[in-house]
Amino acid sequence: MAHGPAKGIGRWLFTTNHKDIGTLYLWFSFAMFLLGGFFAMVIRAELFQPGMQLIRPEFFNQMTTMHGVIMVFGAIMPAFVGLANWMIPLMIGAPDMALPRMNNLSFWILPFAFLTLASTLFMEGGAPNFGWTFYAPLSTKYAPESVNYFIFSMHIMGASSIMGSINIIATIMNMRAPGMTYMKMPLFVWTWLITAFLLVAVMPVLAGAVTMMLMDINFGTSFFDAAGGGDPVLFQHIFWFFGHPEVYIIILPAFGVVSAIIPAFSRKPLFGYASMVYATAAIAFLSFIVWAHHMFTVGMPIAGELYFMYATMLIAVPTGVKVFNWVTTMYKGALTFETPMLFCIAFVILFTFGGFTGLMLSVAAADIQYHDSYFVVAHFHYVMVAGAVFSGTAAVYYWLPKWCGKMYNETMGQVQFWIAFIGFNITFMPQHFLGLAGMPRRYADYGLQFADWNMVSSIGAFMYGAAQLLFLYNVIATIRNGKPVSDNKVWEGAEGLEWEVPTPAPYHTFATPPQIK
Amino acid sequence: AEVSTRQLNMPQGVTEVSQAAYDIHMLMMWVCVVIGAAVFGFMIYVMFAHRKSRGVKPANFHEHVGVELAWTIVPALILIVIAFPATNALLKVYDASEAEMDIKITGYQWKWQYEYLGEDVRFMSSLRTSQDEIYGREEKGEHYLREVDNPLVIPADTKVRFLLTGNDVIHSWWVPDLGVKKDALPGIFTEAWAKTSEVGVYVGECAELCGKDHAFMPIVVEVKPKEEFNAWLAEQKAAAAEYASTIGKAWSMDELMERGEQVYLTNCAGCHGVDGLGIPGVFPPMVGSEVTMGPIEKHIDVLVNGVQGTAMQAFAAQLSEVDIAAVVTYERNAWGNDVGDMAQPIDVLNHKNGQ
Amino acid sequence: MSAESSYYVPEQSKLPLFTATAMGVLSIGAARWAGGLGGPAIFFVGLAMLVAVMYTWWSIVVKENMQGLVNHQLKHSYVISMLWFIFSEVMFFAAFFGALFYIRVFALSWLGGEAAIGWFDDTPTGPAVANNELLYPGFKDEWPVMITPDQAANGDAAQFIGPEQNMSWPGFANLLTWLPLWNTIVLITSSVTVHFAHTALKNDNRQGFIRWLAVTVLLGVFFLFLQVEEYIHAYTELGLTLESGIYGTTFYMLTGFHGAHVTMGTVMLLIALLRGLKGHFNKDDQFGFEAASWYWHFVDVVWVGLFLFVYVLG
Ligand code: HEA
Ligand code: HEA
Ligand code: CUA
Ligand SMILES: [Cu+2]
Repeated sequence: MAHGPAKGIGRWLFTTNHKDIGTLYLWFSFAMFLLGGFFAMVIRAELFQPGMQLIRPEFFNQMTTMHGVIMVFGAIMPAFVGLANWMIPLMIGAPDMALPRMNNLSFWILPFAFLTLASTLFMEGGAPNFGWTFYAPLSTKYAPESVNYFIFSMHIMGASSIMGSINIIATIMNMRAPGMTYMKMPLFVWTWLITAFLLVAVMPVLAGAVTMMLMDINFGTSFFDAAGGGDPVLFQHIFWFFGHPEVYIIILPAFGVVSAIIPAFSRKPLFGYASMVYATAAIAFLSFIVWAHHMFTVGMPIAGELYFMYATMLIAVPTGVKVFNWVTTMYKGALTFETPMLFCIAFVILFTFGGFTGLMLSVAAADIQYHDSYFVVAHFHYVMVAGAVFSGTAAVYYWLPKWCGKMYNETMGQVQFWIAFIGFNITFMPQHFLGLAGMPRRYADYGLQFADWNMVSSIGAFMYGAAQLLFLYNVIATIRNGKPVSDNKVWEGAEGLEWEVPTPAPYHTFATPPQIK
Repeated sequence: AEVSTRQLNMPQGVTEVSQAAYDIHMLMMWVCVVIGAAVFGFMIYVMFAHRKSRGVKPANFHEHVGVELAWTIVPALILIVIAFPATNALLKVYDASEAEMDIKITGYQWKWQYEYLGEDVRFMSSLRTSQDEIYGREEKGEHYLREVDNPLVIPADTKVRFLLTGNDVIHSWWVPDLGVKKDALPGIFTEAWAKTSEVGVYVGECAELCGKDHAFMPIVVEVKPKEEFNAWLAEQKAAAAEYASTIGKAWSMDELMERGEQVYLTNCAGCHGVDGLGIPGVFPPMVGSEVTMGPIEKHIDVLVNGVQGTAMQAFAAQLSEVDIAAVVTYERNAWGNDVGDMAQPIDVLNHKNGQ
Repeated sequence: MSAESSYYVPEQSKLPLFTATAMGVLSIGAARWAGGLGGPAIFFVGLAMLVAVMYTWWSIVVKENMQGLVNHQLKHSYVISMLWFIFSEVMFFAAFFGALFYIRVFALSWLGGEAAIGWFDDTPTGPAVANNELLYPGFKDEWPVMITPDQAANGDAAQFIGPEQNMSWPGFANLLTWLPLWNTIVLITSSVTVHFAHTALKNDNRQGFIRWLAVTVLLGVFFLFLQVEEYIHAYTELGLTLESGIYGTTFYMLTGFHGAHVTMGTVMLLIALLRGLKGHFNKDDQFGFEAASWYWHFVDVVWVGLFLFVYVLG
């Protein structure tokens, strides 16, 4: 198996190599991030002032929907699948993923799914406009015609996710180098194993939900129509049974990344490895039984409401364990603050902040005021942008030298960090105030009392957007003419199998499995 | 209830429920602030004290069952303590028993209908802000997007129960100061309640994405002293009776056109456009369409019964016969449609009864 | 190379990209067709592409296996993947079963004017009563729903008209003419016969293997035949359609998806049978067949759930 990469475009189209596929995933997800980010910029530009200036309300709703869908399914999830592809075989000493051709299939479905989705913007009647949560009957009886394209692109996107996850599970369960027991696996591998399990469990439920929509729209069934004996709330239960685990699907791999980087720059082993594993499993378990905390205002019986409140509050416990472990890892280390570490520290602080607001949301009596307000928008951007996106950025800075054998520009990285950090907080901190003061989400326009903070938020958003362009530039500049690194380890404090292969990582690694002591 | 742009926190509101929500919100916030201060404070100390540039050597410890147990158990205990007030607050929210009055609230795309159950009083409530203000052709007024034509009026010191439902999609009736947010689901009722002694005007919003004009269906609630409320209610009933007695009267073309334009602008222009051109592929145009230029019975029928499977709703329950007659007439004769015929309120009534 | 290093990492392959293209074409075609935006042509082109590429793909995998490229570890990857795939299918059905339970336990009692879960719920029954008084006067919570809420309130003007008859438990007297019972018997028998085939193969009894497998395939086809009969009967004689409210909805969606899975399982078993006739499989190497048989058992278990919750507990 000494052969290297094929020449030309065919290398990328027909590849079976986990590193190539990882690279494809990462670039694809970044492209989607820019697209989804661009939609966010449209949203923020329209909300810069009260009144409708740039777009019409119906288009605003399309922007909100496409932003949410593309960010969640097109940007964040593929980004972490890309990291999984690159890193899991390296971390467990495997020659490749378990099923390399299916791996490539999982990737190539995505461009088709998202091109179909994006093309709805140009269709008569416009793109999906019912929010990323696509509640029935807005998404069924009252949907634009493009909803059928939305449904089928969700179907194949889901198929891609399921195949990708099965592949990851098979790789982790079956391809570990001799001696790499489960409890020796790096946490990134652990978090992905559990994430993949979540994905296999809930993506089919999403497929079921969109299938029911499809039937209600086109074939006269009445799942979500009370007139026929169905119930629109049923849709929400099914959606959130998928949707809540989905948010942990987004964050668990991020936890894995942070658990790799903080020890490296603390020069100290991760504190509480075992409890990290148990906490991850606990979070995954709890994520299945809390879904209706998104539905505190639909008029559930009080018993249901109380149950979902208590269960949701519990998630703070395992998540707290993680936060405390990270902080204690830093304690008495020898800290340095390179860009990946900066992003991880910001992750810990801002994610915890977002977790706190999550905990507040879980209190049903208060959630009647928070629900569907900008307070919720602020909450989930703290956990998803400062959580998932920050950790993804950290991961790229951390592993980029290993991937391409070149060092990024540290100054530029740090500048990007500070612009992103400050821009992020300017964008989303005021949204807490807006929400508490009564601004509902998904509003194309708002009363004058919300004007000031919206303007601040928009300015922050542009700033944060600029930081992303700088990031793109830095990555491209590194790949094209970064300073070469040849040290296997790249980072002084980094530990793990991936740092034992040469830099840049050869096309094929671990053709012969290493022996783990 | 004037809100300044500096409002940063949840309003305390004027009901027991809004107060309960506020209290538990503040409690949660302070708990989080304290835990956050501890965690972040410790982190900042570590980042300062244990940096490599200060020449520290890294320690090598990596687990400690005692502390790990402690920071699992302590947060769990904190949560258990919090669960008590959180439960109590929720019980308050849910206690709609012994209401003295029922109001049915129906969410429509994109307006609200209020019906005083058992009183025969029912009206629509829609946004009053003009399109010109929204699209920046006119200065925005002080109450921009916070004003409606017919506010909901409720009596002070009375436990009012709201029964909510939706006509088309899900809406959500949110008035922060009353501490009420409840989804209005099509085909299913939900309930909420309010009781306050604070007379005043309270503004709220539709909180569930319901399509194009989700941001343009505000809620205004006027709380009046009991006697004033009773007087108001009597007035409404009288007006309804008065209306019923004049339904046979014939209206002139000019009268109908004038009233029709008003009705059109508040109820139809949102989708079909001020200029009657609609939105291609989404909402059909009025200009030169088969309905507006075709037989008038069909036109009335569309208004009265809506069009199944489309966003065109049935207006029978929303608009009076006069309004439907006026808007039909208007649509047939505006924008150069010039069909020339007109509909009388009695025609609409007959159409309704004829089914 | 050491023994462990022989994990087979295939060379570059055009299959994945072609498969993805086929799936893209298929879904665009399906969207156009379902939405009435165009004919089924694109859909069928996509389907044909998908079938062709799948056939090629699996032929290649089979060939690789015959060439001995598939070592023990890779086979184990296949096993793991198949089991997790079946798990994902379980979750797909879980969504539909969940919908059924939710409707039966909660939604209908709300619509019918009772608080949902009386035994541990203390909310006043207010809104539920309003549902029944103001929205759907006359609607009764019963399963199967023979009169939809819409129909109770609007009579013949309703959009959703309940079925005239349903498919539920006919009582012991009529048991023997009750199709679902026969379906159950057929399917459970087939699960047993596929197990016999498996045992035969493990005992190197090729003849027994082929015979039992053929019986299984035939039973699968027979089940599908009965199912089609049942559908025709329901549509033409019972007035039970997709449009007859929530009973028709859940009935057809659950049995329909199950039927689709039986079809897939039958095809998988048929392929295993054809391969068996060509001399593939032996007592140590039989993954292709085993996977199909696991799938078959899964489909069977789903049916048992269906039989209980859709038919018997009516
Ligand atoms: C990465 C994604 C992510 C993550 C990790 C979380 C984490 C959490 N979320 Fe969030 N959430 C979303 C993404 C996420 N959420 C999204 C996208 C939505 C909106 C969807 C939509 O409607 O569009 C949402 C909405 C949402 C709601 C619904 C709000 C509404 O619509 O009304 C609720 C309600 O309970 C909630 C709760 C929580 C909780 C309790 C956590 C917990 O996991 C947080 C736990 C963490 C901590 C608490 C901090 C660390 C802990 C300690 C330091 C220990 C000690 C602490 C204490 C004891 C206080 N979330
Ligand atoms: C992980 C997911 C994720 C991520 C990363 C983001 C990123 C961002 N989101 Fe998020 N958002 C969601 C998930 C996410 N979002 C979801 C699920 C919803 C709910 C949708 C719904 O209601 O249905 C939502 C909704 C949402 C809203 C509320 C919309 C509404 O209710 O109407 C807003 C408003 O400010 C917003 C803003 C932003 C901003 C400014 C960013 C920024 O972080 C984006 C930064 C990135 C870029 C800007 C791209 C890079 C730059 C360019 C492409 C060049 C152009 C640059 C300039 C013009 C400066 N988002
Ligand atoms: Cu009505 Cu939003
Ligand atoms: Cu959640």
